[in-house]
Amino acid sequence: MTSPSPLPVFQHRWTLYLRTWRGSVFSSFLLPVMFLLGMGLSLGSYVDSRGTLGVPYVDYIAPGLLASTVFQIAIGEATWPILGSFSWVRTYHAMRASPLRPADMVGGEILYIWLRVATSAAGFLIVMALFGVLHSPLAVTTLLVALLLAVASAAPVLAYSASISTDNMFAILFRFAVIPMTLFAGVFFPVTQLPLVLRWLAYASPLWHGVELSRAATLGTATPWPWVWHVGYLAAWAVGGYALARLRFSRRLTD
Amino acid sequence: MAEEPLIHARGLVKRFGDFVAVNGIDVDVHPGESFGFLGPNGAGKSSTMRMIGCVSPPSDGTLRILGLDPVHDGPRIRARLGVCPQQDSLDAELTVTENLTVYAGYFGIARAVARARAAELLEFVQLAERAKDKVEPLSGGMKRRLTIARALVNEPDLVLLDEPTTGLDPQARHLVWERLFRLKQRGVTLVLTTHYMDEAEQLCDRLVVMDSGRIVAEGSPRSLIEAHSTREVLELRFGADPLEPFVGKLAGIGERAEVLPDRILVYADDGDAAAAAVHQRGLVPSSVLVRRSSLEDVFLTLTGRTLVEA
Repeated sequence: MTSPSPLPVFQHRWTLYLRTWRGSVFSSFLLPVMFLLGMGLSLGSYVDSRGTLGVPYVDYIAPGLLASTVFQIAIGEATWPILGSFSWVRTYHAMRASPLRPADMVGGEILYIWLRVATSAAGFLIVMALFGVLHSPLAVTTLLVALLLAVASAAPVLAYSASISTDNMFAILFRFAVIPMTLFAGVFFPVTQLPLVLRWLAYASPLWHGVELSRAATLGTATPWPWVWHVGYLAAWAVGGYALARLRFSRRLTD
Repeated sequence: MAEEPLIHARGLVKRFGDFVAVNGIDVDVHPGESFGFLGPNGAGKSSTMRMIGCVSPPSDGTLRILGLDPVHDGPRIRARLGVCPQQDSLDAELTVTENLTVYAGYFGIARAVARARAAELLEFVQLAERAKDKVEPLSGGMKRRLTIARALVNEPDLVLLDEPTTGLDPQARHLVWERLFRLKQRGVTLVLTTHYMDEAEQLCDRLVVMDSGRIVAEGSPRSLIEAHSTREVLELRFGADPLEPFVGKLAGIGERAEVLPDRILVYADDGDAAAAAVHQRGLVPSSVLVRRSSLEDVFLTLTGRTLVEA
């Protein structure tokens, strides 16, 4: 018998995913591609006529949409399924009766989220290549950015989901964090367009750093800040979020 | 004692804030034994089970499971436990077999071994025909049997069953009891909690009676009945009449009488003789029943209350 690890937790989630993967293709792949076409091509023609961005609008928002999709998947997988595993299906209680530790549960969920975002990001990159919006071989590094952004945004949300008792609390998370970040974290327009207060909120969000790293990689341009700062900031969210999630899982499962 | 007990508790306490759920209990469970915690809801049985299952650290006292410390060796102990929780935690979206193989994964059991064991266990709990079905449409009894199979997937040294038949209809209960009895015959060590005296009588070699977080009696079902009750019980009903006035009129018949909301229990070694004495006094009960004493009577004698609140 091997020592406890996050792998069986990942396997549990993966077994469930294999039953429902068809539905997720729409939300995590087709929908962002439709956004890319709809906004990039139609809205893009207006934006490009003013020529303020320096690159075609579709090239500008494609890496942003990639990061935003990664962010949405990571948050989605770290909210309802997690609360469900505590309160409705009681999966974690079943795991708790085995040698698995709270750290294995958090680690397994992150592994699963990584697989989800990596496949979606890879698919999205292929579509981007077909549209000719990739301008640098560094574009492949967006896969690493996707993994880092996913853990930076999912880990603290895992802690949040382990701390609430009803899914009403997700409305608060989405209203005050997820939706504002999606709109104002530089996916659709540069944050320098924002008033100073909102700009600082964008800087504080993990998503903005993921967007800018992806954009620099696909356009072959420099990041607004030195890239290690962006990476370091995301790593801080990841490490802090992971530690908090472990603690919250442990609290929730011990009495 | 030659063999080390699988469970060893001394002065075990569990507090939740000001509330004391388990108030200083001493328990030893030995290999091969079938041991029960009998008591009403809220007696502290489930809290005790959760401490034994290493998911709830004791507030005070000593607890050793399989010779290890549950606080520090939790994962090592849990690797050798089989837990059938009171609240269902099956994965409704997965198939019957997947529920077993995925769970086996939690114990680090290899896929091929897990699949072989799953097939064997489904045969044992009589669910082999449902192996490929999803769990969701299964009946309560089938889900409980599947949970029992799941608890056996790691070939545990100690199986913990928290209220294994609560919420099941009589037929489903008997099927579960029959499977558990087979396990007991195979020499598997079972520890169960129950508030059903018939369950305790059928399955337990030895049990403790718990009330308000304390152990009020300990022994085999038979020895407990012998020590705390008469051989037989006469149950008298008097229609819808208030029962208190009859108590005085029954004085001297049997050893003593207990008044329940719907009937009077007269404790006597010879129930038929006691019934004859009742009739001689000119009393006309609406129904008369003579039965053997049960653990229910032991509990009533010890605590003045019934196990299952009507």
